[in-house]
Amino acid sequence: MTDDEFAAYQSLSEETEDHRWAFGTGFTDPLEGIDASVPDGVDAAALAAYCLMLGDDALVYSHRLQQWMTHLPELEEETALANIALDLLGQARMLLARAGLAESKGRQEDQLAFFRDEHEFLNVRLVEALDADFAELAGRLLIFSAWRLALFSQLAESADPVLAAIAAKGVKELTYHRDYAAQWVIRLGDGTPLSHAKMQAALGTVWPLVEELFEADPVTAALPGVAADPAGVRGEVGAVLDAVLDVATLGRPGSAPMARVAGKSGRDGVHTEAFGYLLAELQSLARAHPGATW
Amino acid sequence: MVTGANLAAAREIAAAVPDPELPMVTVADLGILRDVVAEDGRLVVTITPTYSGCPALREIAHDLRHRLSRAGFAEVTVRTALAPAWSSDWITAEGRRKLQAAGIAPPQAVPPRAGSTHSGPVTLTLTSRREQVPCPRCGSPGTTQTAAFSGTACKALFRCEACREPFEYVKEI
Repeated sequence: MTDDEFAAYQSLSEETEDHRWAFGTGFTDPLEGIDASVPDGVDAAALAAYCLMLGDDALVYSHRLQQWMTHLPELEEETALANIALDLLGQARMLLARAGLAESKGRQEDQLAFFRDEHEFLNVRLVEALDADFAELAGRLLIFSAWRLALFSQLAESADPVLAAIAAKGVKELTYHRDYAAQWVIRLGDGTPLSHAKMQAALGTVWPLVEELFEADPVTAALPGVAADPAGVRGEVGAVLDAVLDVATLGRPGSAPMARVAGKSGRDGVHTEAFGYLLAELQSLARAHPGATW
Repeated sequence: MVTGANLAAAREIAAAVPDPELPMVTVADLGILRDVVAEDGRLVVTITPTYSGCPALREIAHDLRHRLSRAGFAEVTVRTALAPAWSSDWITAEGRRKLQAAGIAPPQAVPPRAGSTHSGPVTLTLTSRREQVPCPRCGSPGTTQTAAFSGTACKALFRCEACREPFEYVKEI
């Protein structure tokens, strides 16, 4: 390597004022230098809540995918899922930062990720469970990425230019995620009798959480032209899932949607049991040593 | 104070910053460096991330500040631009040549509809795409994708059926 090639890493060992968060990343604000003013006529509190919803989906699901690391069937799947988790973490960071700037309470991405309690998280319940096997991972990832890609395709036209830019970037990444998951669902579904049975069973496990993805919520309703109507992507997502299931020789499960709790679900801060354990792992170190740097 | 003459020098220094993950190419080769301008006597450098989670961006910003301050630019602001989103089409001819020489296949052109947000739903791909990535070592067109992701989000893994060597391919995005 030449000096120039080494120089790319030199900054890692330099003494600077630019300390790294011990538990988060060393990045400065992911939206540094971006005009984050809220456009006229947009409800800033609703925009902040909406960015939290989309950011929490990505943050929590990224964490679940990270928990798969070293447990995947082959090295190629390790790198694929690590990269997908990293893309989602990047989307989460920008969305949480955007939420913090929109709400103007001085909270940054790390406060939002590590110091909110369970009922303050607004992610859908689809992303909370630990997958029982690789088939469940493939099925959940297919549903999640098909839904998020459809939403982000619409959000790329959002009246909030920051949200529109984050979404336009995400569309490119999610296209790869969806293709990856679809190809695995097909390989397993149209594979051996055993892989077919496992894939069909996995879909049955995940399917009750699909209906929630298309439910109306008051935050989205307060943001016409800014947020994407979840009901509006039902047709597109359904068509994608049907196309994949058809090639995979799998049936669309008939399982009933998971019940809401006293009328509430993930977007209202009401979560499944698995979520508390996930959050404890995600947050405990940062809470034990708040503000630590290295 | 940034003037016309040293602005050109600043541009040259910024353009020469290597990518931390692909040190054989510079940020200018990759299209990550968007702009170097003077604003009220300060130097303002604008960069854009390749992928949302790319951890290289911070090191690039750090390296930019370090090299420019060493060259006498006391006040340097590094800004992030998110729109338009980075595209592998922005990798220059020189960047492609350097990648190829390092055994990494450069990206093909982004198909018109892929990633488009203006023309309806993004097309679903149910089979492995990119059947025509020539081997960067022996030039054979007979290659197979072995994984859609590689050591970094921006690359896929291929194998050449002629020389049997595995190689990385910078994905079109």
